[in-house]
Amino acid sequence: MPHFSKPEAGSWTEQYPELGTSPVNYEDSIDPAYYEAEREAIFKRTWLNVGRVEQVPKPGHYFTKELAAAGTSLIIVRGRDQQVRAFHNVCRHRGNKLVWNDFPGEEVKGTCRQFTCKYHAWRYDLTGKLTFVQQEGEFFDLDKDDYGLKEVACDIWEGFVFVNLDPQQGLREYLGDMAKGLEGYPFHEMTDVFTYKAEVGSNWKLFIDAFAEFYHAPVLHQKQATKEEAEKLLGYGFEALHYELHSPHSMISSWGGMAPPKDPSMVKPIERELRSGLFGPWDRPDIAGLDPLPAGVNPARHRSWGTDSFVLFPNFMLLLWAPGWYLTYHYWPTAVDKHLFEANLYFVPAKTARERLAQELTAVTFKEYALQDGNTLEATQTMLKGRYVTDFPLNDQEILLRHLHKVVRDYVKEHADAAE
Amino acid sequence: MLPSDFAELEPYSDWILGSERERYAKRLASGMADMQAFYDAAFPLLDRATTHLDTFPLDDLPEPERNLMLLMFSLVMVSFPIEVWKQPRVPDSGAAYLDVIAEPQV
Ligand code: FES
Ligand SMILES: [Fe+2]
Repeated sequence: MPHFSKPEAGSWTEQYPELGTSPVNYEDSIDPAYYEAEREAIFKRTWLNVGRVEQVPKPGHYFTKELAAAGTSLIIVRGRDQQVRAFHNVCRHRGNKLVWNDFPGEEVKGTCRQFTCKYHAWRYDLTGKLTFVQQEGEFFDLDKDDYGLKEVACDIWEGFVFVNLDPQQGLREYLGDMAKGLEGYPFHEMTDVFTYKAEVGSNWKLFIDAFAEFYHAPVLHQKQATKEEAEKLLGYGFEALHYELHSPHSMISSWGGMAPPKDPSMVKPIERELRSGLFGPWDRPDIAGLDPLPAGVNPARHRSWGTDSFVLFPNFMLLLWAPGWYLTYHYWPTAVDKHLFEANLYFVPAKTARERLAQELTAVTFKEYALQDGNTLEATQTMLKGRYVTDFPLNDQEILLRHLHKVVRDYVKEHADAAE
Repeated sequence: MLPSDFAELEPYSDWILGSERERYAKRLASGMADMQAFYDAAFPLLDRATTHLDTFPLDDLPEPERNLMLLMFSLVMVSFPIEVWKQPRVPDSGAAYLDVIAEPQV
């Protein structure tokens, strides 16, 4: 028996006829040539979120971002003019990687007045301009103005820093209406961060698949709930409150009455004691901007709303939670069957020990779930690779997966067609 | 190491660990009996500890209070093995791992 209403079309999926309803082929997650095509068609041409403005609060603050899928490493830095810029992390003299510490492949952050190459000490200012050449007189007609760092398009939306190696359109146009609906959310107040990283042995899309549906939740995570509660959830199954596609992006809105629960005996003793759990601390932080929420958050304006997950194409997910915090996922491909996964949980800085402990419980709980979510991936990758089964029936609650794989297919095809 | 009102938790001071990484590693390396003993001792004091800690500014906890806070972080860490899993590791998590590389400092 359905608990939440579906659109007139009869299903979420059929509301978007271009998606079709037939089984989906997963060759796109195992073919090395396809991955190469994705790199060209997607990762070198779309806006990629590489972080937040809080990571570069003042002039001279910088961090590096390894973009294996685009074949580069970038330096993101705030200039004295307050502008945040991105540069390829490569010295114009002879190609040495400019900014790194102990290991060239490791991301770093810091503050500086200028960037100095470790090799022959060429220096660049915070706007990328070449300012010093060692033994300049030994060079032949070298004009320093011709050898600044190679800049990459960089723009900011709601404090999120995006880069694009070959922009086809501006950031706001690319992010479109779905992102517009989130504007005004108090992201800037949520500056206490828990960061998680793992290398995952699967195609990047498989982990997005795992986080873009909650059909799995009552099953895979059933041991997380009390026995009685788990049986109830399994009986209900999962139904979203709402789905929206704004190609290439998409979102799912989900219920979640656990913060606080109607009946405290539904939750674990530590949750009762700390008034917190998976959905976040039960007591909302005292900041402006959470009530009312921007129109794009809980778009169905449902009373049982718990969390929204936004899939910002290609590899950035943004989850806003009813109790007033958010988290991000990033999936950075390094090979057809490998990616670096990063999650960040963002909270309004705790003012009291009680608030901090409530956040700690949410962070610990998040990891317990994510470990279960991540575990299925490597085995899936291995089995897909066998190609004994190639096509998979996706249900209506898996519409975002169907959409993601279609968008990837469209980008790859469009790019290939254009090259002909 | 702990505020004097919480002396009964001194036997568990090896759970005073400054990072999630250390707390998670200790959880995986501990037996259930040890974690149960720690949980049984610490859980009943959680509310009192929180009330005590809230009389100090969070960004400037004296050393014993900071230790108490970290001990309570460990209590949160072992709550999953004790209250839910009945084992140190998350079930159905196979070889998956997820490292915390940054967390708000106390
Ligand atoms: S490679 Fe950087 S100064 Fe020579
Ligand atoms: Fe999950």
